[in-house]
Amino acid sequence: MLAFVRSSAEGEGFVPPSANDFVLPPIFESVTWFTKPILLAFLSVAIISVFFILSSRKAATVPSKLQFAGESVYGFIRDGLAKDVLGPEFMRFVPYLFTLFTFVLVNNWFGIVPMLQFPTFSRVGFAYALAIITYLVYHFVGVKRQGLGHYLKGIAFMPGVPKPIYVLLTPIELATFFVVRPFTLGLRLFANMFAGHLLLLVFILGGEHLAQGVLGLKLVSPFAFTMGIALTFFEFMVQCLQAYIFTLLTALYIAGSLADEH
Amino acid sequence: MQLLNVQPLNIAAGEALNPLIPHTAEIIVGFIAFALLFLVLKSKVVPMFEKAYEARTNAIEGGMERAEKAQLEAERALSQYTEQLSKAREEAQTLREEARVQGASIVEELRAKAQEEAARITAAAHASIEAERQQAITSLRNEVGALAVELASKIVGEALDDQARQSRIVDRFLDDLEKSK
Repeated sequence: MLAFVRSSAEGEGFVPPSANDFVLPPIFESVTWFTKPILLAFLSVAIISVFFILSSRKAATVPSKLQFAGESVYGFIRDGLAKDVLGPEFMRFVPYLFTLFTFVLVNNWFGIVPMLQFPTFSRVGFAYALAIITYLVYHFVGVKRQGLGHYLKGIAFMPGVPKPIYVLLTPIELATFFVVRPFTLGLRLFANMFAGHLLLLVFILGGEHLAQGVLGLKLVSPFAFTMGIALTFFEFMVQCLQAYIFTLLTALYIAGSLADEH
Repeated sequence: MQLLNVQPLNIAAGEALNPLIPHTAEIIVGFIAFALLFLVLKSKVVPMFEKAYEARTNAIEGGMERAEKAQLEAERALSQYTEQLSKAREEAQTLREEARVQGASIVEELRAKAQEEAARITAAAHASIEAERQQAITSLRNEVGALAVELASKIVGEALDDQARQSRIVDRFLDDLEKSK
């Protein structure tokens, strides 16, 4: 197994991190599908479940610190996002949006949690999975609310537009609703996590490599590590932001399907 | 051990994998993990938080109701006290007025009585003074007469023994005395 671990001491020069660095080996060699990101996804489910079950168990009027912490996150999604975006029916979608936000947030944080240090969503499969769920949800809500024909017509022929414009608008709108949205939703999350992790790899592996070089390079190495630490803070911001954006866009898409005219 | 291994596999150089191609296992696990979390949060967490919210809302609304009630009560008590106070003031005013009138009448009465008494005393004094004066005048006249007669008789001798003459002379003498005054 140690053979798989890259060592800068090999003396072959620096190998820059690449997309291949995101392909991790199976944890048990016999179970090929069970890799680190898969473990992390399940770990996040366990962590989030335990945290929120513990914090919501008492449901006290005067909350403890733990309950307050859990409630703050819940209230942020419930009142700060769902209520504002979805209007009076928001409560139906709160569990979904709440799950989405916490799931993405914690898995993103894994990117900078010491020892774990791998953002689950830098594996595009997870991002696609969430994008597909959102895609299904907002189309389902739209069809259920407006009827299939009316819903499709609303998308293809936006009301209040001069007829000749439809030549241009209809293909764009159809492509937006059925192709572009799920891809941009999933890829935005994936690309941010992928790029962020790659950036950290560059500075931290680079710093390590420099530290083992000649004296002049050794002096530069601390700067690379400092940059790596600074970027870790930056990544934390990006991770929170991306979790919020994913949830917000999902809420906006659902809101569009709920409205009779988008 | 592998879990802690942040550094990845060293794949043969040049063979770059396309990161946009998903692993089927990851999509499936993504669905399963998300579904699991969704079920847990929806059934265990969201209802509890909603319960806490509702309890809080109720507590706040109940508190507001109680406060409103208390305020009404306080307003009622205040108006009652104000009414009582104004009544008491009125009563005090009446009492003061009565006392003033009564006091004035008492003073008037006392003054009248005192004046009467003073007048009475003054009159009595005048009378007694007058009486004493008369008495004094009478006795003085007698005494002066006797003295004068005695003196005169001593001077003139027995010539004036006659009683009638005596008194005539004395009277004339006294009249002259008064006139010359």
